Amino acid sequence: MQRWLVLSGLLAIAFSAAADWEFSGSATLELRYYPQAGLDARQYDGGNVSLILEPEFYRSFNDGADTLLFAPYLQADQHDGGRNRLDIRELTWVHVGEDWELRTGIRQEYWGVTEFQHLVDVINQFDTAVDIDNEDKLGQPMVNLSLVRDWGIVDYYLLPGFRTRTWPGVAGRLRPPLPVIGPARYQSGQGDRHVDHALRWSQTLGDVDLGVGWFKGTNREPLLQPAADGQSLTAYYEQMQQLSVDAQATLGDWLWKLEAYHRAASREDYNALQAGFEYTRYGVFGSDADLGLLLEYGWNDSEQLTFNLFQNDLFAGFRLAMNDTQSSELLAGFSQDLDGGGNTLLLEGSRRLGNDWKASLTARWFLADEPRDPLYYFRRENLLEFSLRYFWSNRH
Amino acid sequence: MNKRMLWIALLSLLPLLVQAETAEEKGLAIAKEAKARDTGWKDMQASMKMVLKNAQGEESVRTLRIKALEVEGDGDKGLTIFDQPRDVKGTALLSFSHPVGDDEQWLYLPALKRVKRISSRNKSGPFMGSEFAYEDLTSFEVPKYRYKYLRDEPCGEDTCFVVEQVPTDKNSGYTRRIVWIDQSHYRLHKVEFYDRKNSLLKTLTFSNYQQYLGKFWRAHRMEMVNHQNGKSTVLEWSDIRFDTGLSDKDFNKNSLKRAR
Repeated sequence: MQRWLVLSGLLAIAFSAAADWEFSGSATLELRYYPQAGLDARQYDGGNVSLILEPEFYRSFNDGADTLLFAPYLQADQHDGGRNRLDIRELTWVHVGEDWELRTGIRQEYWGVTEFQHLVDVINQFDTAVDIDNEDKLGQPMVNLSLVRDWGIVDYYLLPGFRTRTWPGVAGRLRPPLPVIGPARYQSGQGDRHVDHALRWSQTLGDVDLGVGWFKGTNREPLLQPAADGQSLTAYYEQMQQLSVDAQATLGDWLWKLEAYHRAASREDYNALQAGFEYTRYGVFGSDADLGLLLEYGWNDSEQLTFNLFQNDLFAGFRLAMNDTQSSELLAGFSQDLDGGGNTLLLEGSRRLGNDWKASLTARWFLADEPRDPLYYFRRENLLEFSLRYFWSNRH
Repeated sequence: MNKRMLWIALLSLLPLLVQAETAEEKGLAIAKEAKARDTGWKDMQASMKMVLKNAQGEESVRTLRIKALEVEGDGDKGLTIFDQPRDVKGTALLSFSHPVGDDEQWLYLPALKRVKRISSRNKSGPFMGSEFAYEDLTSFEVPKYRYKYLRDEPCGEDTCFVVEQVPTDKNSGYTRRIVWIDQSHYRLHKVEFYDRKNSLLKTLTFSNYQQYLGKFWRAHRMEMVNHQNGKSTVLEWSDIRFDTGLSDKDFNKNSLKRAR
């Protein structure tokens, strides 16, 4: 951590000193309020202030054939020590050849098409200390060779080094009653130094965008086991192989989506699927607004996964984009456990202020009264969030 | 009647035959000539700035850069990179346009590093909150309209053909457009847009034309005025470059991901 701090500090100075660098980024003020006290007395109550700084340094050389990107992430939190940290989201050198690219360094990669769950997205570790929606990721060290051929794009990833999932700290919210702390345990004797490999083929075939992925290495998704003192949970990371497929058919106003994987691990083999559609009506209510309707179904047959919230669940939502000058948007999402468990609710509104600011308001609700439902442990973590984000860039 | 007399009679009919070209045929011929004169530019790069003004006169700014590749026998390929407003900086759009049917479009979302194939049906929606609809900014292709020549009219120092264009795409937001095309270079001077109720919605005027590669004319300023909501958008092009050596490899999902 300290080593990283010093390294990024030096890099930041070196980068900003050179005028040829593009320097952009954002600063976010995040205010959260939890109306209910947590299940664990160690969790803070009520409001919380967090500051997030995401600068980005970018430069291209050799007529664009080589590029460098450095994007650290800094967060300081009022109550939650688990959210006080520095991470390197990107520190990458990309070299572009005639029909190939070599991407070396700490990077983020995205696989998949569905909206409510990111099933097949396996390269990066999720940063669940930021939020539990699995949209924030930790930087992953890699060498990625990408080949562009007529029959598709092939990516090979060499992944040296593993990042453990981040969690809210002991005092933090949006966690189960026991915090996940302490050193992680691994199935592999090499621990977090196990070298993983991944391969992906993707291609557009008319209206269909198709991807097939393979991964062999440390499962990013841990099993959570009670620690000896009974006061916390310990993350245990297994080895696994994953074979996945993701597909989207874009048919007029309809986007049909599918993600599925088969995972083979030593304790069990299991499968998961997320499938559904996104349908958009343009110019609704006689205005310029677009209304998108989303419906997805999630299924998973694992017996072991600790946070397997979605074994047989339905997700529904809508997205209203006003298409006004301020890009006002409203997003609503809902999940329902079809096995009689609970549901979750999400409401999110956002709007640009002027040219450089964006404000958003989020409400997240967990409704569960079945103790056998994993959501039950989140029933007091309902939350309201207001965030104000400032963006800058030296490019005009 | 001897043979010579017959020939003279036939020749005297020729002007009549020429005049018998219908208004529809003449409109189509003008569109084909305009397209022919704008063919062969290969590839292009440019920067664009849009200034949006609302009815109260408040302004907001959009800046973006585009790369375009001419595709023989098909619509153009395009890569659009957004710089402002800042919250969408780094977002990029890859599009393969087609003269008939839906275009193929992929959006790169930098926050998630995600490439998402999107529907291209939203032709009539506003582009980045401006008074330009998506369909106002796509490349001109002859099969996109049915044509009818209306009249000649003076425009500046030139004379313009005035032609009515009826969109063939049922997803278009317009019943028709009236365009003013000058007779010396077949350049657009003005377009009037009529909404689905056939009332005048917007007027687009082109100015500051410059010629590139000794052939291709580009307007550096386009002003769209919406008559129904009182808003307007001025679009200014700069740094226009042709023949920059772009090829197919600059227009795939990998180039979309690294577009900045």
